[in-house]
Amino acid sequence: MADYRIEIRRFDPERDEAPHWESYAVSAEPGDRLLDVLHQIKWYRDSTLSFRRSCAHGVCGSDAMVINGANALACTVMMSDLGPRVRIEPLRGLPVKRDLVVDMEPFYEQYRSVKPWLRAGPPPSSGRERVQSPPDRARFDDTTKCILCAACTTSCPVFWGGGSYIGPAAIVGAHRFLFDSRDEAGAERMEILDSRSGAWGCRTAFNCTEACPRGIKVTEAIAQVKRRRFSP
Amino acid sequence: MTAPPRRIHHHRFDAVIVGAGGAGLRAAIETAGKCRTAVLSKLHPTRSHTGAAQGGMCAALANVEEDSWEWHAFDTVKGGDFLVDQPAAEIMCREAVDAVVELEHLGLPFNRTPDGRIDQRRFGGHTRNHGEAPVKRACYAADRTGHLILHTLYQQCLARDVVFFDEFQVLDAVFEGTPRRLAGVVAYELASGDLHVFSASAALFATGGFGRMFKVSSNAHTLTGDGPALLWRRGIPLQDMEFFQFHPTGIHKLGILLSEAARGEGGILRNRDGERFMERYAPTVKDLAPRDMVSRAMLSEIRQSKGCGPEGDHLHLDLTHLPAEQIDEKLPDITEFVKTYLGLDTKTDLIPIAPTAHYAMGGIPTNVDTEVVIDGLGTTIPGLYAAGECACVSVHGANRLGTNSLLDIVVFGRRAGARMVKFVAQGDAPPPLDDRAAAATVAALNALVTSPGTENVAAIRSDLQAEMTMNASVFRTQESLDHALGVLRTLRQRYDDVGVADPSRAFNYELTEAMELGYLLDLAEALLVAAAARTESRGAHFRDDFPKRDDEQWRIHSLAVRGADTSITLAERPVVGGSYLPVERKY
Repeated sequence: MADYRIEIRRFDPERDEAPHWESYAVSAEPGDRLLDVLHQIKWYRDSTLSFRRSCAHGVCGSDAMVINGANALACTVMMSDLGPRVRIEPLRGLPVKRDLVVDMEPFYEQYRSVKPWLRAGPPPSSGRERVQSPPDRARFDDTTKCILCAACTTSCPVFWGGGSYIGPAAIVGAHRFLFDSRDEAGAERMEILDSRSGAWGCRTAFNCTEACPRGIKVTEAIAQVKRRRFSP
Repeated sequence: MTAPPRRIHHHRFDAVIVGAGGAGLRAAIETAGKCRTAVLSKLHPTRSHTGAAQGGMCAALANVEEDSWEWHAFDTVKGGDFLVDQPAAEIMCREAVDAVVELEHLGLPFNRTPDGRIDQRRFGGHTRNHGEAPVKRACYAADRTGHLILHTLYQQCLARDVVFFDEFQVLDAVFEGTPRRLAGVVAYELASGDLHVFSASAALFATGGFGRMFKVSSNAHTLTGDGPALLWRRGIPLQDMEFFQFHPTGIHKLGILLSEAARGEGGILRNRDGERFMERYAPTVKDLAPRDMVSRAMLSEIRQSKGCGPEGDHLHLDLTHLPAEQIDEKLPDITEFVKTYLGLDTKTDLIPIAPTAHYAMGGIPTNVDTEVVIDGLGTTIPGLYAAGECACVSVHGANRLGTNSLLDIVVFGRRAGARMVKFVAQGDAPPPLDDRAAAATVAALNALVTSPGTENVAAIRSDLQAEMTMNASVFRTQESLDHALGVLRTLRQRYDDVGVADPSRAFNYELTEAMELGYLLDLAEALLVAAAARTESRGAHFRDDFPKRDDEQWRIHSLAVRGADTSITLAERPVVGGSYLPVERKY
């Protein structure tokens, strides 16, 4: 068991004038996740603490938040990797609805704007699957991993600046199809991506790559989209 | 404290889909453009637990080895310990090939064979020629097949402009007429605390499982059986509740799933002596025996003091003999979990694992057209449908084979959607609902919020989970089940004294968790009553006091029915047989 001081940026628009810090002293086992500590606080100390979570093992993307200044999923951060003082805040750049719950709608809107679905020609007359070679499959494997947690986009300084940049996650979502050999809508996709609000909004800050809990090489994916303009 | 004001909003649709995992989304794709549909989920759809499924989706494509849907159907029936309705299994296995191919057409990025076709691998309980040897039947995408199915289906819903109401938690179903038919559902909007009444001709419940009634589970915190529980409270029976699967390879203590695919790729289970103990329990398929058998084998080893670790309370999963490239290519997510949560390396370390509460074979009874059935005669309630884990057709019988769930949700999700389109097209919609439809829900929510009670939801839930795991999980006895029923009674009394302290309207998870705990208590009671009544062992339901399967007395589905006085009685629904006669389940 080890002791921690957990400081959480709280805000309940129904009762609070403004966001403020609240602090909790907790004990945790080395095998505990930060999410387990959040549960400990909510379930046994302060039931008003609000945060999204579901799978508790890093695949659903519900519990992205700012932990000691950096974006991460609360369920994949181990207490043993944290120092005795832990600061937790909601994701940046999205409106705070309550405590660690942010309005994700702008983020989902960015994702939808790239029309993230396969647009392919008619299916093979064989009635069987389209053929795709293993190298073709591997080409876009990285960007299939995205769980739409928003850690990348909300760590991006261009996104923070406001404006129409669609953000890293949306570009990852588009990359997944742009480089899928079965997709035939490359030209239309590039119309959206080959613009300042698309891939060229990226300033190669690399915050996104560092933030991604799935280890996706986000900046690399955006760079590949940029290069696609020159070799379609 | 006083109840906050709650507005009641009204919507009208032809069909409502409750739950946006694989089954719900596949149904939505089917109804898109054909009838006005709303998809309601208490989560954003991509958070659904379908996304956690790892191993694969089975279909007899025969891309890698000779295979047939008939062999698949046999494996499913035998895997289910002969409680499976054989026509249902045949439908699922026959439609499997088209279901997989269609998913690929929709964009699913399956792993590929060298010549570019969908790759397939071995999986527990799947054999060629009725048990001769393991067969490569599982179609997969690395070890994140569920994630890719979920996202592909969601993307296709976006392409079709499916109407979603995200973070709307359905808390009630409304019926009208005599005999009754569905008239709509009532949902609680997390963002505002308001109620929304959806008047509709048809409603599909696809709300997933309820593993959170156990202490160690692979399930998300949100898997609290909302669909089965709220229908149960409206007099719908629940089928085969006693059959709950414990997946053998959950990370010890955490319960996080390590896919059966690890064993499909050649991983081996070992006890404290390093022995491949499954050779003794299932000589032919060994570590790829059905999950209920492996979980029992593991706990038997522990009971015989052959468990690993200082407390001998777990076993080991050994992947160290697999080539590193194979682990990297086929099992990357498992490697990530093991590194994150245990600080271990799948390539060099033995991984501590133990059975984890994983899948509900039982649930809302339906026929093969996903229509909800309320008795042993197959009587339906017009407009009411269920699909996926929350439903019980039954295709999985007493135990589900791996990779059959991702198949189930796609096949029956599609069938549900198609059925609802036909039903809606018949016309004759029920009259639209008014504010009265939400009255019971408003009362229930406000009772929790205004109660002066001081009982703690998390403490009651934790006690429920501990009791269910101790006395109603892999091994059961009359004594253990009776004890659990006694504890449940006291937990209910404590639950009556729960008071929600959070006064806010928006994102009041304390309130929704209090509702969900009520659901878990209801479902646990149904499970315990059904388990205590079934004096045999079959599939995942194992009784130390009745260790044999008794086909003469017990080859039937249980139907738990809640009376008006909330007492539970058990009725029966016949098992529909077919060409496979029950044999001893050996592997």
